[in-house]
Amino acid sequence: MGIRIALAGNPNCGKTTLFNALTGSNQFVGNWPGVTVEYKEGKYKNDKEVTIVDLPGIYSLSPYTLEEVVSRNYLIDEKPEAIINVIDGTNLERNLYLTTQIVELGIPVVIAVNMMDVVEKNGDKINTKKLSEEIGVPVIEISALKNRGLKEIVEAAVKAGKEANPQSPKHRFNGSVEHALAHIEELCLHNISDENVQRWYSIKLFERDEKIQEKLGLSKDVVDHIEKDIASCEKEMDDDSESIITGERYNYIGSIINGCVKKAVRGMTTSDKIDQVVTNRFLALPIFAVVMFLVYFVSVTTVGTWATDWANDGVFGDGWHLFAIGSSEYNDAADEFTANQLIVDGYDLIVEETGSEPTGDFEYPVEDEETAAVEYETATLDDYAAAKAYVDSTEEPDPADYGVWIPGIPVFVEAGLDAIGCNDVVKGLILDGIVAGVGAVLGFVPQMLVLFIFLAFLEACGYMARVAFIMDRIFRKFGLSGKSFIPMLIGTGCGVPGIMASRTIENDRDRKMTIMTTTFIPCGAKLPFIAMVAGAIFGGAAWVAPSAYFLGIFSIIVSGIMLKKTKLFAGDPAPFVMELPAYHWPTVGNVLRSMWERGWSFIKKAGTIILLSTIVVWFCTFFGVVDGAFTMLEEDQIDHSILAGLGKCLAWIFLPLGFGDWEATVASITGLVAKENIVGTLAIIYGASGDVYETMRAAFTDASGMAFLAFNLLCAPCFAAMGAIKREMNNTKWFWTAIGYQCGFAWVIGLIIYQVGSLILAGQFGIGTIFGFAAIAVLVYGLVRKDKYNGNSISGINSNSSSVSNNKIAG
Amino acid sequence: MTLRDVQVGQTVTVAKITGEGAVKRRIMDMGITKGVEIYVRKIAPLGDPVEITVRGYELSVRKADAEMIQIQ
Repeated sequence: MGIRIALAGNPNCGKTTLFNALTGSNQFVGNWPGVTVEYKEGKYKNDKEVTIVDLPGIYSLSPYTLEEVVSRNYLIDEKPEAIINVIDGTNLERNLYLTTQIVELGIPVVIAVNMMDVVEKNGDKINTKKLSEEIGVPVIEISALKNRGLKEIVEAAVKAGKEANPQSPKHRFNGSVEHALAHIEELCLHNISDENVQRWYSIKLFERDEKIQEKLGLSKDVVDHIEKDIASCEKEMDDDSESIITGERYNYIGSIINGCVKKAVRGMTTSDKIDQVVTNRFLALPIFAVVMFLVYFVSVTTVGTWATDWANDGVFGDGWHLFAIGSSEYNDAADEFTANQLIVDGYDLIVEETGSEPTGDFEYPVEDEETAAVEYETATLDDYAAAKAYVDSTEEPDPADYGVWIPGIPVFVEAGLDAIGCNDVVKGLILDGIVAGVGAVLGFVPQMLVLFIFLAFLEACGYMARVAFIMDRIFRKFGLSGKSFIPMLIGTGCGVPGIMASRTIENDRDRKMTIMTTTFIPCGAKLPFIAMVAGAIFGGAAWVAPSAYFLGIFSIIVSGIMLKKTKLFAGDPAPFVMELPAYHWPTVGNVLRSMWERGWSFIKKAGTIILLSTIVVWFCTFFGVVDGAFTMLEEDQIDHSILAGLGKCLAWIFLPLGFGDWEATVASITGLVAKENIVGTLAIIYGASGDVYETMRAAFTDASGMAFLAFNLLCAPCFAAMGAIKREMNNTKWFWTAIGYQCGFAWVIGLIIYQVGSLILAGQFGIGTIFGFAAIAVLVYGLVRKDKYNGNSISGINSNSSSVSNNKIAG
Repeated sequence: MTLRDVQVGQTVTVAKITGEGAVKRRIMDMGITKGVEIYVRKIAPLGDPVEITVRGYELSVRKADAEMIQIQ
């Protein structure tokens, strides 16, 4: 028969390192049902009959945090055969606090005193034999990092599990507490056969644990009766029941430690010295800025961009040069050829339009690929002659002639489909639907992995906790965590890894808030669109781009303050009582594993939604009715597409925002595939009737242009980012809440901008203006209203944990 | 007096934890209980939270929460 062993212990006790060391690559990583708490399970390397479950890192078994509730529900309901309680040997006192609770569960426990190598190096002595006698369970010295004692600890756990003779806790509380506990057991727990479990429940009831009251289904009479027992004990001890229990546990630990641990006298540790510099009053912020700059510079600006460009334009584009050899030569050659070609084309265009050849200097159009902006440059007839000669004598450069050229996947696939004579519909579906969709999923992964290395390193070495320590003061005002800084910083590059970076935030509410607001910051893909609006509608005004960032920051702040007062984020303020773990150098294996786990979970969980949505939008864009027949369309026939039809149906939604025409609506929809697509779509639609920028300028006023920009910056992000949101929320309701909120908020901001803007700029006043001011009033109310949910319930956790008790584990 | 009023570099003894609910429980779970010694190590560069040493490890506590910790 298989044996299940649960690993339980404090955060930072080396539990994950132990888990990795015991299971190797035989791991299954998922989530506890309905919540974002990670679930890990694996088979023991040396015996596949042994399953090891890695519980979340917890300090206690209180009912107040999701991790603790998940853990204790698992331990009580699933009853693993044994528990390995991992404790940090360098910090026995606090780690043993959880131990005192775990040994009460009626499940055989063995204690693994981890980091023994560090303990010995420090010159401390732990008498594990005595510790074992005091607590009444086997105690084994291990070092997960140095692979020490691993076999022994599993053997001990398996043995304890097979014997199935759980320890009875040696610790007894003060007489009057024991008296109350006995009363409680007698009153409502006598039908539980296991004495240990009976005791555990009675302690929880004594602590007035509402979740346990609920679980046992106690009637009000019984609860009232118990209340009397508790009250009389509290009166006697002059303290409340939770304080009594906690205090007694720590006093008990104190008495054990005195007999078992000898600490060497020492001055400051290396970690202390590092901390003195890193969180120094004056140096902390500069160091923080440097670290963040480094993370950003590598994972967004340099390596990250190369990785994304390589994945998107290379592997899922035309192709790429192996090791980038020949890339720059090819680019130079291609640029030169294009420059000459443009002059020749411009000349031909004039001939075509006027019917005669230019007689002197002439102007020719140069289009910017990213923003679809057209500029005119002047060429002389000599330039033309030279260009013509160059184009005639030179062939268009072929990337395959430079270095080792590896064609992109679409090129391969297209060639294959052509070879088998595939019809256009299927070819389109495979190339523009499926391959493009897979590209959208995988294209972000390389950059994400680069970022995840940094995150894993920062977390493992202990600096991430200091980030929260340093930034807490600013971010907590908006219902965010100090650690929200990193997702938002990364979000300026790309929202997808930004959202994935929110995983480092422990607190459930802070994390959800961060996920909901991170994509308000304009990401890299939105920049061409911002430039296009600035160029086409605002004559290239320099203030447009910075205002987009201000709008993003403004939206995060406003949303944070508003949302944290809503029922969604109701409940006790998150206790920010955070351990600052000692600094240490992480192992390469753990960092890489963490990187890979996060990357893989994005592919697995976000992949489907991204792929499907891309295919749906492809279908709507390239199919439609032309001359009464349903057919596949060319790119420039977008006005006949299903999408255009959809745009016409939905355009009324944007009437109050000033851009209620189907063109803008369709562009917003294609923006969901990737935000830079907005530019391409607008270029196709507005380009059909002349100059893109001029047509666009005519279609918008200043106010409606700004509203259009604001809406598209703030509304639901691209499908890839939505996939990431779905992955990180791990809950359909929360996913739609986030997307719905983003779209709703974007709409309201668009409304305000258009209506108030029109009033100020054009003196337009109408019923819409009233709605605009009403929207402002609602926002202001949302900002300043009293926080009536704050601190009066734990419903935030309640609503989630109801599904936690469900036994199935979501993959 | 509460922990909030303690100067950096001082060591104090906890008299009582006031307040209730999750924050109070969390404070106690982390080892801040009646009679324990707390050393106030430093204040974050932006003035909040504070870093303390308790039971041999480092803990970060917001000033607002530190008000719940009464000291002797």
